[in-house]
Amino acid sequence: MPPTTFNDSRISMQHGAGGRAARRLVESVFTPAFSNESLDRLGDAAILDARGTRLALTTDTFVVSPHTFPGGCIGSLAVHGTINDLAVSGAEPLALSAGFVLEAGLDIDHLREQVDAMADAARAAGVPIATGDTKVVENGKCDGLYINTTGLGIVRDDADLAEDRVRPGDAVLVSGPIGDHGITVMIARGEIDIEADLVSDSRSVLPLTRALIDALGGDVRWMRDATRGGVATVLNELTDAAPVGVLLEEQAIPVRDTVRGACELLGLDPLHVANEGQFVAVVAPEKADDALRALAETPGGREARVIGSITADHPGRVVGRTPFGAKRVIDILVGDPLPRIC
Amino acid sequence: MKYVDEFRDARTIRRLADEIAGLVDPGRTYRIMEICGGHTHSIFRFGLSQLLPDNIDLIHGPGCPVCVLPMGRMDVGLAMAEQDGLIFTAFGDMMRVPGSTGSPLESKARGADIRMVYSPLDALKIAQENPERPVMFFAIGFETTAPSTAVTIMRAKAAGVGNFFVFCNHILVNPAIRALLDMDDMRLDAFIGPGHVSTVIGCEPYRFIAEDYGRPIVVSGFEPVDIMQSIAMILRQMKDGTAKVENQYSRALPWEGNPAARAALDLVFETRDSFEWRGLGRIPHSAYAIREEFAEFDAEKQIGVHGQTFPDPVEAQCGDVLKGAIKPRDCRLFGNACTPETPVGALMVSSEGACAAQYKYADVTIGSTD
Repeated sequence: MPPTTFNDSRISMQHGAGGRAARRLVESVFTPAFSNESLDRLGDAAILDARGTRLALTTDTFVVSPHTFPGGCIGSLAVHGTINDLAVSGAEPLALSAGFVLEAGLDIDHLREQVDAMADAARAAGVPIATGDTKVVENGKCDGLYINTTGLGIVRDDADLAEDRVRPGDAVLVSGPIGDHGITVMIARGEIDIEADLVSDSRSVLPLTRALIDALGGDVRWMRDATRGGVATVLNELTDAAPVGVLLEEQAIPVRDTVRGACELLGLDPLHVANEGQFVAVVAPEKADDALRALAETPGGREARVIGSITADHPGRVVGRTPFGAKRVIDILVGDPLPRIC
Repeated sequence: MKYVDEFRDARTIRRLADEIAGLVDPGRTYRIMEICGGHTHSIFRFGLSQLLPDNIDLIHGPGCPVCVLPMGRMDVGLAMAEQDGLIFTAFGDMMRVPGSTGSPLESKARGADIRMVYSPLDALKIAQENPERPVMFFAIGFETTAPSTAVTIMRAKAAGVGNFFVFCNHILVNPAIRALLDMDDMRLDAFIGPGHVSTVIGCEPYRFIAEDYGRPIVVSGFEPVDIMQSIAMILRQMKDGTAKVENQYSRALPWEGNPAARAALDLVFETRDSFEWRGLGRIPHSAYAIREEFAEFDAEKQIGVHGQTFPDPVEAQCGDVLKGAIKPRDCRLFGNACTPETPVGALMVSSEGACAAQYKYADVTIGSTD
């Protein structure tokens, strides 16, 4: 990735979309100012050495609107998102913190609902919310409620995950069907006027990453939570960080018909649509079947698939191959995926 | 998924690729233009040019309405957006398109009320929900989207909505094709006709392409099988030495198009004397304006704009690319001054533009097709 110059004079919505603009913002404003060894790796979580113990530390802020959507809510998302960042870093979460920005006028029952959802999600994952903070801002200053969560975990001794461990020939797999969350939220916002039997995939992936590392240990080379920007973005981040390319077999990528249909209608690519309960993993090629078996034996892992492989052929590029043999480059978007109508 | 999978079937596509290979004369070059941006998108998304013999050149045409919109029109629209209390609505396609002072997304960041809609009817609904505020819909598109704008204006009139305005930038496909065919140095051999536009205007209006200019045109669907089959149909015509209008997209497209949609267009719109196209210059009778009877909804008449507009940069060679005279990478600005994040010329603006597609895909060798 060439050094980026930041010419944007103001923050716009696309700086928050997890695409190229977001990356430009991070790399030109934040990393130069804060630069240090663990930050500069720009992983899902920072890995810190605490007198011989590897700690994983991550933080995330949740501003989704609407607060409640089929399959989840901002509260459950705030817990799952941070647990997932620890999980894909090969860590066992120790605890979470929760920070709330509340808008004056927010209905207390609505807040209670979100807090209960957080408590349920944390309990189900077996991770305590150990500390917290509350701030209130004037009416009109935030969208009812913003939540920040920070997660601390201990990296497993048998986990060895890093971009530079990825080798040509390795298998790329995804933990389940992609795009459910992004399309569900678009429908819940009323942006697309369709009725669909679709729910967000918001969940903790900890049982799945745990099963994968239990079965494969160091043969799991790299994992990433495929949130904003989707699978395409995390794979492009991999090919930016390591001298390899990715070749995806397009027909192998699991996508539900509802998501495919909505994407066809709107001119979106499911590979760019957000997920909140799916991750991408790169594993040693001879262990791909073991990996799928370990995932399938874990609740919620039966729809995991191998979707492609690491290649030396086109370093720096993610390429998709169609069933009829043609190829296309799969890039990162500048900002949010925008529907094409005209 | 029904109506999708059967048109992406690997075996059918390979068979069509073989058929195409058998139809070409290796001694010549074929320059085939797909007019519509939707086709350009499919061709890149499915890597279809990799399945064609080397001597078939697909030239990506002016059929992306976002690409050919002059920067000055965006300036006018955004100047409207900056008026007190006005709600600016547009399709998602428009949100990142730059005017001379930035895109709608950047205007929004500066505080303008800019909203993305999926249909002009959504914009009308916003107007009805906000009766105290003017609501402007930035109408864009060919004959494909123009009928829904026309119907929305008819509904606004019927409902007596007084705060709804349309900034009309609808354009017509055939005057642009004629302008291309009339250019000196025009090198196009045949056309893949725009399927969605044709569902409104039908196939008859393309007759001049075949009869006056001797170029075959096959109106095509948007799936890989459709496009490959259309190319085979074009090559068969060329082999037989004929030039006619054919309809490959008959599953969705009746030959006569949609008379009801055309009636709505006639009722609400009239043709402008001429209209500026980014990259092609002024083209006579190539755009719609709102008729006097509906002038109360015409943003150009009802919303005074004092913003400054800037002409498009002249250095970009979009016109030469469009007529097939040069490849995008041969333009003097390509990849230097003109990139997808800082587009100068029309064809770099939208991901459906020929230059943006080339920029994204051409700097990588992605190996053989098997």
